[in-house]
Amino acid sequence: MTYGRGLRGLSLATAATISLALGLVFFYAPLDADQGFVQKIFYIHVPLAIVSLCGFILGGLLAIGYLRTGERQWDIRSYVAIHMSLIFGIAGLITGSIWAKASWGHWWVWNEPTLVSFLIVLLLYATYQPLRFAIEDPERQSRYASVFAVTAGAFVPLNFIAVRLAQQYVHPRILTLSGGNLPGSMRLTFLVSLLGIALLFVTLWKYELAAKNTRAQIRALRRSLLGEESVRPLGRSAAPS
Amino acid sequence: MSVLAAAPALPLHTAGKYVAGAYIVFVAIVLIYVAIMATRLSRTERELARLRREVDERRRAKEGDRDLESVA
Repeated sequence: MTYGRGLRGLSLATAATISLALGLVFFYAPLDADQGFVQKIFYIHVPLAIVSLCGFILGGLLAIGYLRTGERQWDIRSYVAIHMSLIFGIAGLITGSIWAKASWGHWWVWNEPTLVSFLIVLLLYATYQPLRFAIEDPERQSRYASVFAVTAGAFVPLNFIAVRLAQQYVHPRILTLSGGNLPGSMRLTFLVSLLGIALLFVTLWKYELAAKNTRAQIRALRRSLLGEESVRPLGRSAAPS
Repeated sequence: MSVLAAAPALPLHTAGKYVAGAYIVFVAIVLIYVAIMATRLSRTERELARLRREVDERRRAKEGDRDLESVA
């Protein structure tokens, strides 16, 4: 199994797309009539939040692969997807908080369902690593973590729908099934930004998988060349190996 | 709803620092992640170098044993 294949092209595509997105954000997209320049945060905050939530769902889907086959590779893929989504989610939360301060005058608004539900999802996934760390047996760890990933992954879209059905919110509704109310230039800029962040997610996911896979292969090589006693025990870890 | 409606657009010099802050947070998080990955990569390289050294030492030791046997 090699995860490094196509990584160079993917990295270049990511760099090009993010550069293009930044160019569009600052030189092409018009200033928002209501919020002015501060609305530029939208092009980084919303893609980070969307990609993070999709990453959590991806983690759940990959965990189904582990539960079906019992192959460790699926657990590693799921673990890295959730790990990356947490990082993206925290970035989304911080950028959102900055935007809230700039446009609402508060770093956090507790009666805003979108913000609070996103925080709930993040806190839910913050328990994923401690859960893994609490289980010493690698096989049980993978199984329990996969069940968690599937359950929590199913919770993410349900949570999203529940928030959409909520009546009272101050969060602007920009993306809707009917096409939303973004003008063409803003929509293009947003879509390129979303693509850039999604590519960044996939690139970093593949990088981390390649790194984990390389370390595992070195251990296997050491074991086969120098014998079992030459391999130091890994010790308890939240990360699958 | 009233919170958003009441907030006027910030002037450019005030809004600029918030926008810069948001984008700097994003870049900083990516850079921290890349730095962590670089540390892990250097650890993997060290591990690979140590494995290579140990395999070479074993090979040399085996060749030494074979030479002694042929002399005897």
